[in-house]
Parts: sequence; structure tokens; C-alpha cells
Amino acid sequence: MFKGKFIDNLPKIYGTYTGGFIVFIILMAIAEQAGMSAKLIGIFFVAFTVLIYALIGYLSRTMQTDAYYVAGRQVPTVFNGMATAADWMSGASFVAMAGGIYFKGYGYMALLVGWTGGYVLVASLLAPYLRKFGCYTVPDFIGTRYGGNMARLSAVIVLTVASFTYVTAQINATGTIASVALDIPFEIAVYVGLASILMCSMLGGMRAVTWTQVAQYIVLIIAYLLPVFWISNKMGAGVFPHLMLADEVARIAELEAQFGLGEVKNSAADLKQVPKGLSGITKAHAEVNTTPWKFISLAVCMMAGTASLPHVMMRYFTTPSVKAARRSVGWSLFFIFLLYSSAPMLATLSKLSLMDPNLATGIIGKSISEVQAIDWYQNWNQANLMFVSDFNGNGTLELNEFFMGGKAVVLATPEIAGLPYVISGLVAAGGMAAAMSTADGLVLAISNALSHDIYYKMINPKAETAKRLIVARVLLVLIGFAGATIAALEIQGILGSVIWAFDFAMSGLFFPLVLGVWWKRANAQGAVAGMLGGLIAGSAYLIAVRSGYPGFWGVTQLTFGIVGSLVSLVLMVVVSLMTKAPDAATQRMVDEVRIPSGKAILGKQH
Amino acid sequence: MSFWVMFRLLTYREGKKMSKQQQHWEKTRMLLFITLAIWFVFSIGIFFFGAEMEASSIRPLGYPLSYYMTCQGSLGIFVILIFWFANRQEKIDEEFGYTEREDD
Repeated sequence: MFKGKFIDNLPKIYGTYTGGFIVFIILMAIAEQAGMSAKLIGIFFVAFTVLIYALIGYLSRTMQTDAYYVAGRQVPTVFNGMATAADWMSGASFVAMAGGIYFKGYGYMALLVGWTGGYVLVASLLAPYLRKFGCYTVPDFIGTRYGGNMARLSAVIVLTVASFTYVTAQINATGTIASVALDIPFEIAVYVGLASILMCSMLGGMRAVTWTQVAQYIVLIIAYLLPVFWISNKMGAGVFPHLMLADEVARIAELEAQFGLGEVKNSAADLKQVPKGLSGITKAHAEVNTTPWKFISLAVCMMAGTASLPHVMMRYFTTPSVKAARRSVGWSLFFIFLLYSSAPMLATLSKLSLMDPNLATGIIGKSISEVQAIDWYQNWNQANLMFVSDFNGNGTLELNEFFMGGKAVVLATPEIAGLPYVISGLVAAGGMAAAMSTADGLVLAISNALSHDIYYKMINPKAETAKRLIVARVLLVLIGFAGATIAALEIQGILGSVIWAFDFAMSGLFFPLVLGVWWKRANAQGAVAGMLGGLIAGSAYLIAVRSGYPGFWGVTQLTFGIVGSLVSLVLMVVVSLMTKAPDAATQRMVDEVRIPSGKAILGKQH
Repeated sequence: MSFWVMFRLLTYREGKKMSKQQQHWEKTRMLLFITLAIWFVFSIGIFFFGAEMEASSIRPLGYPLSYYMTCQGSLGIFVILIFWFANRQEKIDEEFGYTEREDD
């Protein structure tokens, strides 16, 4: 069926895969009609997709360093775009984003702008140049450009702090989804999630992760878009929701006024009854509800963080050329845009279907006992994601008496809108794909930095290929376990730690990376001071704010990267200028990086 | 940021003494400044005026302008901007003969 090279057949292979997945969805829908239980459908969806990823991971096994670290540098532009989109969109994007928009509105959407705008920085400042460099990892670039083990080590430290903060959240998310879909306790589900993640990455490194991420993107985008379009059409809101929901947005504002949003405040005693993690609607849906600086500072942190997160940057090391790396950033953002532009639409549809008394699904204004008798309310109340209480004792559900968890917007809306259960199973598979693909990228970024930069470049430069790859795999497993163990403790929420990861990366890596390409005078001393100083300043500010320090310039614990990166910039420039300029060879290297043609700085195998 | 672009545009000269590589880099930098200026406007600049955008009578597809820009507007512009940037950079590389061989 597929003649010739694997790479040439990619469109056919993934076309067949997509077709197969759609057939699987249809089969599940038929099975549901025939009486298969909801539980079993959920298990089938998650187990089937995870097995496919594991199979791809196994088929992509390799014993070559350039295949293990950079997928042999032959991933075509569009496919690398899909893989990056899956790598990028985490469990938080998939499960929590629409919920954040639902509850916080405009102020939250700074994240949407930040998480997309960052790609302009990636494309114009960094990706093509780092691709030309020919490095395996981000610290590999820092170490070679600035020279010296100290610079390399500092980069590995920043990378590990940022990526590890991020990965625990992702393993936590895989655990949450696996525990719901497979009906097992969370502490066990975390390790089931970990096992799935390792199966995708251990045997084939970057090559395996690339091809599973493409497969995961296809699952997650179908799982996100299908319900949005279906609900919109079912409600009669519009055939193409993105272009047609203006009336619905206006209608929500009308209903907010009618139900007296913000007029009735719940007393502290009443709020105590509400289970932890659930919130009510307190902010207007489409109104500008934050100060410009709050919005902009959050967006800036997310943008600079995007450009500094190594697991994203290393995806552009896998393209065949510099030109392809540049274009591939555009495709990545296009595939991300498909999901991000749908999240606000899902939030709108979800909110309207719960609020509008003219719709059959609307619950505000109905009697409390009637709402408590609804099937889906009982299900999600049991799952601790929904809660109603008659605070004012009038027997009717008011807007301020309805509480929901952020995850419920994505997970429960299909059920509320009356879609068949097969869609909920699909959404669970999509969430799993999103969390797994990001966790894969992160675990690989950390273990590659440790195995390539610490073990091979610093400890044992004479190690043979086989030994290097064994060390890489052992580290992969160890880091996965460390992440899962911390995830099982459930210290932070999913979204909070994701935002911190961006701030850490921005504090320590943004300026050392950018100035490495754009400022020839930058030297090793400056870079080390910038990386460590930025990371320390950022962390100190975070700790201070969390222990009660009011902070300055309106910088909060979500935007501490502003402090960290400014310290990093100042230190880097001052220290560079006070010490010797880089030698002629380094300057020539920077010149060479700035043109696409010619040999890479680092050889094919290094 | 945009002042800087203006400054570069005004002071930009076809340097006779510049080597081929310096000229290439000069053009590449110019493209970077233009790209970053557009990026700045749509990621930071317009959000200084959230309230003004909300009150504006410009309503793309019927949505309030502030809402539209955060859900689709800025995001879509970034996608187009990157592809535009990639095309321009490829042209610059071609002009100076720095295009990679396809079989690389």
C-alpha cells in the first residue's frame, strides 16, 4: 500500500490514520445506540488511542543519535507544524482554557494573545538561526556559542527548572483524565499516564515523539472542533460558530443584566458551602474587565516565555532546512490558532446554553429541585464539578447560586447540550492526547539536555553512541518518575504551574538566547550572569510575593518573569561589556549562523 | 519601537563599502524591525486601548472590537505575519545567493 520512503508517504499515512479514527468514532456511536455503556465507551476511546501512540512509538525506535535527538532532521514543514502544535497545546490549553475564558473573560484572554504572539518572536528572532547552528538541544547552542561548561550548565539549570515545573502539571492532567475515563484511583492513574508517555518516547526519542505528536494533534483537534460545531448548529447559533456568534455574545450581556450579575454578592458563610475549586459567574462575558497594564504584562510574559521554552524550540531543530524551520513556525501557529480561536466560542456556547431560559438546556431561573433532578447535573455534581444551592431560599436558581469547575466547560458541555456520549468519550481522548504530547516533549527536553549536555559534553565526551543512548533513556525514565511522584502529591493547580514555567524560562533564557544571535559582543561571562542572575531574581521575587511582599510595578506571581528577564538583560549587557569580547572564531561563528546556506556549525553527528 | 524603525528607514544607505554579507544582514535586520513593529502593535499596542476598542463602532462580524481582537483578530494577524515574514526573508536570502541547496 505504501511504496517508497516513509517521509514521502506521510500525507497518505496520516490521511489513512485520520480516516481510521473517524471510522472508529462512528463505530463507537453505533455501539452506543446498540446499548454499550458510557463507561465502556470512555475506556475504549482512551485505551485505543493510547495503544496507537504506543505502536507508533515502537515503530519509530532507533539507535542513531541524530534520529534520537532531532528525528534525523527530515520532518516536513507542515507535519512539524502539527507536531509543534500538539507539543505546545497542553492539558491546560485543552481542558482549562475555555473554562478560564468562561469565568474570567477579557482579562484571561491575555493568555490567548500571549501564547500566539510569542511565535512571531520564535520565527523572527530565534528558530531559523538555531536550526542553522545544528545543535541537538538548547543548552547545546548556548554552550557552543558562548563557549565553556559554565554557560552550558547554567542553561541546563534554567531549562530543568522551567520544564520540570511544567511537566508535573502535564502528568497530573494525564492522571486526571485516565482516572476519570478508566475509572481508577488518581494515584494509580498518574503512573498509567506516565507509562503511556514513556512508551511514546523511550524507544525512539525525538523521532518517536514527532510521529506520535502528529497523531495526537489529529485526535485533539477533532475532539475539540467537532463538539463546538455540533453544539453551535444544534442550538441554531450558526453553521460556522467563529464567524456567527455575535448575537449570542450580545444575548449573554442582555441576560447578565436581566439576572443582575454582580448586584447580589454571596456572603462568606454561603460561599463556604461551595466545594473547593468551583466558581460562579462574577465577571461579564465580553466586557473589558482589567487594566491595560495587567493585560499587557501577562501577555508579554507569555510571549517571551514561548520564545524561551526549550521543548518548543527543539522542535524546529528537526526540519530539513533553515527555510523549512521558518515556515514551520507559521504552520505551528496556524494549527494552534484552530484550537485557540475555538475556545472562546465554546465558552460562549456553554454559558448561553446554561443561562438562556429560552433554551431547553437553560437552568438559571428554574426551580432548584428541578435542576437537582437533571441527570447531567447529578453526574457532574458527583464528580465535584458542579454545585447549586438556594442561598436566598426563594426556591429558584439564581445566577449567583450556580457554581462550576473550570474543566467542566470542556468536559461537560457536550453532555449538557444533549450530544451523544460518544462525544464525551472523544473529548476525554483529546484531553489525554493534549496532555501526553506536551509531557512527552518536556520529559524529552530535560533528559536530552542532561544526557547530551551534561553526560556527553561534560562528563564523558568519549562515550560511544550506544552508551549515550542508553544513558538518555535511563534519564528519561527517571525524570518521568520524578515528575509523576510530584504530580501524585497534587501541590499546585494545572494552570498556575504552567504560567510559572513560562516566567522561569523567560527569566533565565530569553535574553541569553536572543542576544546570542543578535549581539556579537555578548560573551560567556555575560551569558552566565544573565542566566543565573535572571533565574535567581525571578525566583526570589516569586517567593517574596507568595510570602506576603506586595511587589512593585504591578508585577504579580504570574508575571514575575518581567523582573527576572530585566535583571538578566542588565547583567548580561553590563558583564559582557566589562569583560573581554568573544574571540574572532566565535564572531565568525555568529556571522555564519546569520546566513541560511553553508554548513551547520555543529556536524551532523556530534 | 516604531520610532526606531523610522530611524532605520531614514538612515538606511546602500553602503558601497559593505560586504555582501553585511548588506544581507542589514536587510535582514530591517525586516526584523518591521516585523517586530507590526507584532508590537497587535500584541501590546492596541491593548492599551481596551476600553476604547470596546466602545468603538467598528464591530468585526458584529463582535465588540476588544472581544474580537482577543479571540481571533490578533491571533490571525500573527499567523499571516509569520508567513509574510518567511516569504520576505526567503527573498532576501535569494537576492544575496544564500539560499540552501534543496538536497542538503
